[in-house]
Amino acid sequence: MDRIPILRLGKALLVTIQVDMHDQLAQALEEDLSAAIVKHGANGVLIDISALEVVDSFIGRMLDTVAAVSRVLDADTVVVGMRPAVAITLVELGLSLNGVKTALNVDRGMALIQRHTRRSDDDEDGD
Amino acid sequence: MAQPARQAVSKLLSGHESEILVEWQKRLKDDGALKSGRLKEAELNAQCANFLRLLRKAFEGGAVDADSEQFAETFEMLGELSSSRAAQGFSPRETAIFVFSLKQPLFEALEHHGGADAAAKMQVNWSIGQLLDRFGLFTIEAFQKRREELIVRQEREISELSTPVIKLWDGILALPLIGTLDSQRTGVVMENLLESIVAQGADIAIIDITGVPTVDTLTAQHLLKTISAARLMGADCIISGIRPQIAQTMVHLGVELTVVSKATLADAFALALARRGRAVTKVRRPESPAAQA
Repeated sequence: MDRIPILRLGKALLVTIQVDMHDQLAQALEEDLSAAIVKHGANGVLIDISALEVVDSFIGRMLDTVAAVSRVLDADTVVVGMRPAVAITLVELGLSLNGVKTALNVDRGMALIQRHTRRSDDDEDGD
Repeated sequence: MAQPARQAVSKLLSGHESEILVEWQKRLKDDGALKSGRLKEAELNAQCANFLRLLRKAFEGGAVDADSEQFAETFEMLGELSSSRAAQGFSPRETAIFVFSLKQPLFEALEHHGGADAAAKMQVNWSIGQLLDRFGLFTIEAFQKRREELIVRQEREISELSTPVIKLWDGILALPLIGTLDSQRTGVVMENLLESIVAQGADIAIIDITGVPTVDTLTAQHLLKTISAARLMGADCIISGIRPQIAQTMVHLGVELTVVSKATLADAFALALARRGRAVTKVRRPESPAAQA
């Protein structure tokens, strides 16, 4: 069965979704991702969906779930590279992904995660 | 139209064309066709002559009633005339009177030259009346159609003009909204904004609603949709320009915008700059030696 590759970039994980998602693929991604977060002690997950041209409520829910799982494991999820048409569709579907952080591209998403990490490091130093 | 009546009309038109034309033009001018100054006398005369000529040609060609194909040219000419009148700003009455004012001259010509048979004249009279009514109605229809096209075009232009996206600074966009926000316009606005966010790599968008006359629950919902979509693209929104009355109405209606809002575009811009780690400060001029001394 196909699996979506998970790349490690420092303390963050990068997932690029390039194929049509279906139930099993999403399930596998969820499992792999949670395992990878724990294994690498990652504090951020970047999900790049710039290759997705079509979305449905299923993908929207999948993103929400992945974000929720990562949050439990103390990692931030940032969805990056969403296309305008995709954003409009998600809003029309009533899915505004409130639990998920967003950024325009991978660069910005990475900056967002690093900023967050630095802040929490500072907090720890302060204690 | 019965055959004898058709022949009578045809004879009338070919035999007394110039007489009818002169009388018709006189009536049109008496009615004030040239008063507005939008139409030149020569132009009107040419139109009249052209119409009569086409009418005569159609009857000579064997036209029976308004549905005859010989009248195709006449209808075409009337259509062009109506749309040019509509474009020049004439009223529907002024446009239709062009055809209807031909009735009287034709009746008079018939009276003088139609022979002694009153019943036959009556018949011809009726046929002419019917035909001209059809032409008149067609004129109004063409006029109306042209006006509607005009309105549709203007609507499109307005919607294009009123949804600009302006770059205020690196990564800061402004979206001044003007006019009522309906769902169709929200779609256009949203698309423009999202495209610009990608093109400029912006991460802050200021939505200024100074030009929005009313904000009801529906408008607020449309605004929120736009904000959500921008957020999905990784851009934060700031709302500005909510007028005092609108703020009151919104509170009374229980409308809540769950985003940062500022009173003016300037305040929103200052906040956006601060978020990007920038500030506007006064330029400190180096003091001149004269002042020091």
